[in-house]
Amino acid sequence: MILKSETLELREDNAVVRVRQRARALAIEIGLGLVDQTKIVTATSELARNTVDYGGGGTATLDVINEGNRRGLKLTFSDQGPGIENIDLALTDGYTTGGGLGLGLSGSRRLVNDFSIDSTPGIGTTVSITRWI
Amino acid sequence: MDNIMDRIPILKMGQFLLVTIQVDMYDRLAMALQDDLTTKIVEHNSKGVLIDISSLEMVDSFIGRMLGSVASMSRMLDAVTVVVGMQPAVAITMVELGLSLSGVRTALNVEQGMSVLNGLVAHEVEGADYDSEE
Amino acid sequence: MDTNNNLTELFKKYEQELLTDWIKEQLAVIPLHENLLTEFEVKQDTTDFYNAFQLAIQGGELVDIKGAHWEKTLQLLDNITKSRTRLGFTPTETATFIFSLKQPLFTLIQKEFGRDVNTPGKELWAATVLLDKLGLYTAESYIKTKEEIIRRQQNEMLELSTPVVKVWDKILALPLIGTLDSIRTQVVMETLLQEIVRTESSVAIIDITGVPTVDTLVAQHLMKTVSAARLMGAECIISGIRPQIAQSMVHLGVTFSDITTRATLADAIRHAFAQTGVKVSRASRQV
Repeated sequence: MILKSETLELREDNAVVRVRQRARALAIEIGLGLVDQTKIVTATSELARNTVDYGGGGTATLDVINEGNRRGLKLTFSDQGPGIENIDLALTDGYTTGGGLGLGLSGSRRLVNDFSIDSTPGIGTTVSITRWI
Repeated sequence: MDNIMDRIPILKMGQFLLVTIQVDMYDRLAMALQDDLTTKIVEHNSKGVLIDISSLEMVDSFIGRMLGSVASMSRMLDAVTVVVGMQPAVAITMVELGLSLSGVRTALNVEQGMSVLNGLVAHEVEGADYDSEE
Repeated sequence: MDTNNNLTELFKKYEQELLTDWIKEQLAVIPLHENLLTEFEVKQDTTDFYNAFQLAIQGGELVDIKGAHWEKTLQLLDNITKSRTRLGFTPTETATFIFSLKQPLFTLIQKEFGRDVNTPGKELWAATVLLDKLGLYTAESYIKTKEEIIRRQQNEMLELSTPVVKVWDKILALPLIGTLDSIRTQVVMETLLQEIVRTESSVAIIDITGVPTVDTLVAQHLMKTVSAARLMGAECIISGIRPQIAQSMVHLGVTFSDITTRATLADAIRHAFAQTGVKVSRASRQV
């Protein structure tokens, strides 16, 4: 169940900072500890940058969700960019197409509890992450 | 909030440069810092760079790469880089993310970072090779 | 709808009788104790709940108690159950609060609608279903309260089990005792790193003499702690590696190759002294 939802535009690298700040605020609001806050904010930074750099811009949706007894922060990054041809390869540590360290996707996955990626070449990419309290 | 700052200030302290990052880092700011630092190292013939990140709430792969690049570039320009003040939560997250900052020297705070730099520079004067890792 | 109306009317009409009988039923079963639960409190709880209950059934919904009409009533029931659970009541005793209403209510339904052959069946059925649901709700609430208590105690235990001690100026030690699981290792890691910052220590010794087994997962956690400390500018030494543990770790493929390890805590302290430039010498005897 979604308790609260907001969507932010992701067009340029300044927007990454704004999404990060909102993610931090919501993480504090639902009572995540400092380390968990840092983890979700760092994953947010990686994925938001991917949306801007590789996806050609898109949106970030931040949801505070409820499932049974637990609460969580779920973030969804969507773009209408070129998409990812080989998702398994993209999730490998050190694999990069943009000259980065290749830790964005694979590293973010380690920082959250739930991770899902959906991408169609030519249509776009959607990545969702959730950190439960 | 958008145009917070175009540049992160770099202070010159004797033969060292001191940078305190107190704003939310975004990519262009990180690139600008990299440019400014290399320029200033050459301009002042600096022997060491101390980057205080105690106010940084997170270090993602981009900032991590920037720190690594700054260390490599300054080494090429005959200066040592020490990154100080990383918060425990940031360090734990970086390890989980898979970032190790290899080749970057670290210290707990500015004071300890300064003594690392002083030690290394003093060594160099005596002719020792400070580049060899312990 | 008629059934609901009938029941609603019944609760309104026989409020005093029902309350008196219900309380009497409870007092017969619930263990009373001056320091725990007094007769006055039982009366208070029952009356409060009865009032909230009456408001809830006026909404006409007797089957689905998850709706908005029931929110306040359930909240109240939750609080009553919680406080009794904390007093050490058993699940049967907490559920008795609701179930002891059955007998007085059914007797009354029989008396009131008994003239008609068909009606008492319906009313009886509706009342049973409703009370069963509320009874089950107290069971859920009981378990939730117990879980909260367990979670709190777990946290307290975790905090107790990570004593970070200062060995010397700028040297910390963390003697670990007992099995290390993921959650505990995470707490250990955070506590140690925070202490490193607070005390400005450049060397931290993690002593695992008291850890019975080190599997790959625990080894991984230890290595992560060492890496995190290194990122912050401190060195971690792992000491107290018993022969069996060294053997089993190498068999598992964990060699701790880029980590400083020592066999005993004393060796680790000696290493830490060397790192921080401390010299220890035996004092010559003074007369």
